[in-house]
Amino acid sequence: MKNHDNPYIPYTATVEEAWNETGGERCIKTFKVILDDPAVRDSWSHRPGQCAMIGVLGVGESMISISSSPTEEGYLRFSVMKAGKVTTALHQLEAGDKMTVRGPYGNSFPVDDWKGKKILTVGGGIGQAPLRPIVEYVKANLGDYAGLTTIYGARTSGDLCFKQEFAELEKVDGINCHLSVDLEEEGWPHYVGFVPSLLMEVNPSPENTIAITCGPPIMIRFVLENLKKLNFADEQIYTTLENRMKCGIGKCGRCNAGNLYVCKDGPVFSYAVLKDVPEAFA
Amino acid sequence: MSAMLLHKEKWSEFTGKLSGKNLWAPAVQGEMKKFARVAEGQTVHLDEDNTTVPPKALVFPQTETLCRFSLGQTDLELPGLDEEMVLLGVRPCDARAMALVEKLFRWDFEDPYYLERRERTTLIGLACNEPDLNCFCSSVGGGPASPEGLDILMSDLGESYLLEDITEKGKALVEEFKDLLEEAPADAVKQKEQLVEDAVAKIKWNVDPEGIPEALPQLWEDPLWEKVSAACLGCGICTYLCPTCHCFDIQDEVEGPAGRRCRMWDSCMFAEYTKHTSGHNPRPTRRERTRNRINHKYSYFVDKFGVIACVGCGRCSNLCPVNIDLIDILRQVKAAR
Repeated sequence: MKNHDNPYIPYTATVEEAWNETGGERCIKTFKVILDDPAVRDSWSHRPGQCAMIGVLGVGESMISISSSPTEEGYLRFSVMKAGKVTTALHQLEAGDKMTVRGPYGNSFPVDDWKGKKILTVGGGIGQAPLRPIVEYVKANLGDYAGLTTIYGARTSGDLCFKQEFAELEKVDGINCHLSVDLEEEGWPHYVGFVPSLLMEVNPSPENTIAITCGPPIMIRFVLENLKKLNFADEQIYTTLENRMKCGIGKCGRCNAGNLYVCKDGPVFSYAVLKDVPEAFA
Repeated sequence: MSAMLLHKEKWSEFTGKLSGKNLWAPAVQGEMKKFARVAEGQTVHLDEDNTTVPPKALVFPQTETLCRFSLGQTDLELPGLDEEMVLLGVRPCDARAMALVEKLFRWDFEDPYYLERRERTTLIGLACNEPDLNCFCSSVGGGPASPEGLDILMSDLGESYLLEDITEKGKALVEEFKDLLEEAPADAVKQKEQLVEDAVAKIKWNVDPEGIPEALPQLWEDPLWEKVSAACLGCGICTYLCPTCHCFDIQDEVEGPAGRRCRMWDSCMFAEYTKHTSGHNPRPTRRERTRNRINHKYSYFVDKFGVIACVGCGRCSNLCPVNIDLIDILRQVKAAR
């Protein structure tokens, strides 16, 4: 067996920092990792929205969105919800521990085509992880865009990711942040209610705007409905799909929605494409 | 392409000599017929029935190691190359299936495990003179003597076999055995063509797939999916023994400090196949899974690679424990559109 270009063989990476974003049984932990091989590190390049197969040898791999932007150089970030066997093993990792990484996989958000436009991200829960690279990318190139609005919510304030980053983001000129929690909470200064309702409250104009949404399927459904109510055209709306994956490279079969492989043709889709894909919202 | 004749009195010498080349041929094992290693010097007996297990199992093993490792270490050890092998008596449908699956394994990311094993395998096919009960290869772009995927096509002319080399690999092998062969006379080739014509005429099922790939997306919510999957037990035999099914799972196995990452056949007919960790399943019932199986072969693969991913071998219909019949499903699709 030749080693070169074997797409199933992962790279090794070292966890530089790891911290919990949220608590509870299905807590979210963020890993900042550095690829061990300097040559691999130098040649690595990804775009916002792409994913990687990360894993622990002896346990397995999971497809996780790369939550760092290409503008954050030298490391990769992954925010992982503890849900199954592999993600539970990943949650055991601390600074200095090894994980495996292969990728980057899939298509990406066309952030460069969006230059000159207003960017609106609408996220819920762990769904902010794939949106984070857009936020970071636009923030780093703010002069190229007509503005950035982020709408982000979770069940409780304890379930919100990247809280410190949002606190910093709010202070940046040209960026508007809107946070929400589903339920009343003492001392919560922001919106109370579901993300789709907050979207209507913010009432963004569709003019020269691209809206990207990611979150639980039920949230996505109502956000899409509300974006349509706000007169966003299908072509102005983007989302990402996730399905069970094993190979990440279009071979193992299972991640398709209709004739599209989420791992290769996705995970990023415009609503103009997705609305005609039979299993897209199954 | 050269056409050579192998007289049957030399068959035993031919297969005996071939058996020194890591030869695999159909053999009955318990209730199944499958390709088995031919012991050196042993003669191979070929008959009309195709194998239960398609020869895909030799180039795409049911379980194979992707890499080995030791727990706590980061070094990954790749498996060594398999020995070169020769498969004798491969049916044209099964060889064609390998050629189709290869398209996927070459698509964008090349799959070294499949492609290297395929490269190291020589396929000697046997044309079908007597199609099986549920064969329909001629409906889906193949035929009883289709050369696609084969290195050598062999046709049984009664007293002798006609050997036609298809690829360079096949040509080299024919050359190696030229002492046992003689130039085929023109009438031998004519006889073969007549046998093919007769075999096609004997195929019982004919479905014109024209329009099916386009019709399937339109029939997404059609009641036919409920109907055709009602009896399904979800056993997955239609996919495991399908020569074009290639879906797999990847799992890590650990024993003491030694671990390996392997891949194994999986099936879109299993609930676990698409089940998310959250418990949500985008294909919750056998209706959605059956619909995916048919759409994958007759629509999605056509969209991606321009060809139907079914070779008409009939195994899914032959082996289904509740008699779900692919031909019947295709006819219902055609009727519903």
